[in-house]
Amino acid sequence: MANDDQARADHPPNDEAAAEPPAAPPSALSRRTLLTGAASLAGLTAAQSVLSSLNAAPISGPGPTRITEDPTKVPGRPPSPYGKRATFERTTRLAGATSSLTPLQALHGIVTPSALHFERHHNGVPVIEPARHRLLVHGLVERPMTFTLEEITRFPSRSRLAFIECSGNSRGEWHTPAGRTVQETHGLFSTSEWTGVPLALLLREVGAKPEATWMLAEGSDAAVMSRSIPLALALEEALICYAQNGEALRPEQGYPLRLLLPGWEGNANIKWLRRLKLGTAPFMTRDETAHYTDLMPDGTARQFTLDMDAKSVITSPSGGQQVRAGFVEIRGLAWSGRGRITGVDVSTDGGQAWHQAQLDDPVLPKCATAFRFPWRWDGQEATLQSRCTDETGYVQPTRQALVAVRGINSSYHYNAIQSWLVTLDGAVRNVHV
Amino acid sequence: MCKKTAAGIRTGLVFAVALVGAADVHGEERPSLGLGRQATEAEMRAWDRDVSPTGEGLPAGKGTAQEGARVFSTKCSSCHGTTGTEGPAPRLVGGQGTLATKNPVKTVGSYWPYATTLYDYIRRAMPFTAPQSLTSDEVYAVTAWILAQNGIIKIDAVMDAQTLPNVRMPNRGGFVPDPRPDVPNR
Repeated sequence: MANDDQARADHPPNDEAAAEPPAAPPSALSRRTLLTGAASLAGLTAAQSVLSSLNAAPISGPGPTRITEDPTKVPGRPPSPYGKRATFERTTRLAGATSSLTPLQALHGIVTPSALHFERHHNGVPVIEPARHRLLVHGLVERPMTFTLEEITRFPSRSRLAFIECSGNSRGEWHTPAGRTVQETHGLFSTSEWTGVPLALLLREVGAKPEATWMLAEGSDAAVMSRSIPLALALEEALICYAQNGEALRPEQGYPLRLLLPGWEGNANIKWLRRLKLGTAPFMTRDETAHYTDLMPDGTARQFTLDMDAKSVITSPSGGQQVRAGFVEIRGLAWSGRGRITGVDVSTDGGQAWHQAQLDDPVLPKCATAFRFPWRWDGQEATLQSRCTDETGYVQPTRQALVAVRGINSSYHYNAIQSWLVTLDGAVRNVHV
Repeated sequence: MCKKTAAGIRTGLVFAVALVGAADVHGEERPSLGLGRQATEAEMRAWDRDVSPTGEGLPAGKGTAQEGARVFSTKCSSCHGTTGTEGPAPRLVGGQGTLATKNPVKTVGSYWPYATTLYDYIRRAMPFTAPQSLTSDEVYAVTAWILAQNGIIKIDAVMDAQTLPNVRMPNRGGFVPDPRPDVPNR
């Protein structure tokens, strides 16, 4: 759509806008090299890179940290105040102008490392001093109040695992098999343990008036992002969060305070939260009218499509990876914005025969659930698919079934079954079947 | 929505009572935790700048498309193009009648349901490189220019807190509630 021309020009394929040719990924070889500063050493051969790393001074942190032939013969480095991942690990987000994508193909389990949680912001990541940050709660309340971060952390707290998915995730797939990798097709999806104050407790403190039915949530970024939230539904599960995976929120995730609406489209989970205003009607902000509304073939647009439909994807083997003959464990993630995943089926023949996959514990509502299926690749062409069911009985649809109802111009909420084609040479690529 | 609201309020009530053991979520009693403080009028004035479709929140001031043309040309056109159609930023003008076609063009004129949202958004977040730098009059004027470019108001129409909420957007009736789940199970 013309509306998205700018986004299209500078976003990764899976962003709010579609398809730009993906940047060349690091090759398998370069991933194995011992680069300590990939950018500064760009252009060197792999062998030269290894040499320069071996000769380099400490890789990171204080003390003797050299790569040695035999680590049992050299003392290791001392403890450090804040840990880093191993020097050899190169997995990164794929960053565009206004979003970055989680590398699902390289991760394990259900929790996304905070540093790899996807980003989507509408005018950059603000720098907010926590001591100066305030949350204002006003509108239809008995007592308009202001809370400091310190006061918010003194409230009774709650922690829970929950996914956040941008409703523009997989957006490129409406038209063509646009994403080359699962990072490109599904990377606007991440899972964290979130800690904060139940919204219900905070609103009790200010005394929400009975006539309040909607709540405006507003961030303190340069977009002053704002969304209207149906209050009754939000009271059930919403958290005002200050922590992610045990530590303070990452700046990209709303430091120092964000709204978490488990299972709802990512954009509604307002980051850098500074204001909640209670009212009797939606406020009709730009991002719930012009954007984040779903255009149907008849020209009408669905509004306040907040739940994320159940969805699953095989993360390994997935696009851009190489399958070797013999045993292959098919691995993936499934999730639903409406509750728990109750089952995942896997097909290796493009959806003709389905086999039940094993779900790993824990299986939590509105959270990523890991699934596994043992397979033996016989060297023949194969089309790998996964299909999940959630506790409401909803079954993840095929692309044809989804498009039959919604057409291809609704932009948001694409949750169709993903197909990965394994070709005769073991290469894996994204296809629509 | 009403039925859901009642259920949700009950849920919130149970939650609050279970954790704190007092009062209800709608605050007929005094707060029990003693956290936070009364917000000041100045704090609320500084941030309470949202504009609703009824016009609530619109500030004093006014502007016409003729005035807005100058503001748009100097502060908006480098991203949105001289006529609001060229981009590279989202297209603002045109596209009416395209929403039900294979190539829908979503613009302020073809898609946005409320003119008040335009004021809210420009005041909140534009220009992109200098958000909140326009005066109230400049926001009214740019709003008027975009509406006039789309043929929705006349070029000399004055937009202010009284007139803007009365502007009828072409796609005002184009939005429907969420009907999901909408794809039949196999």
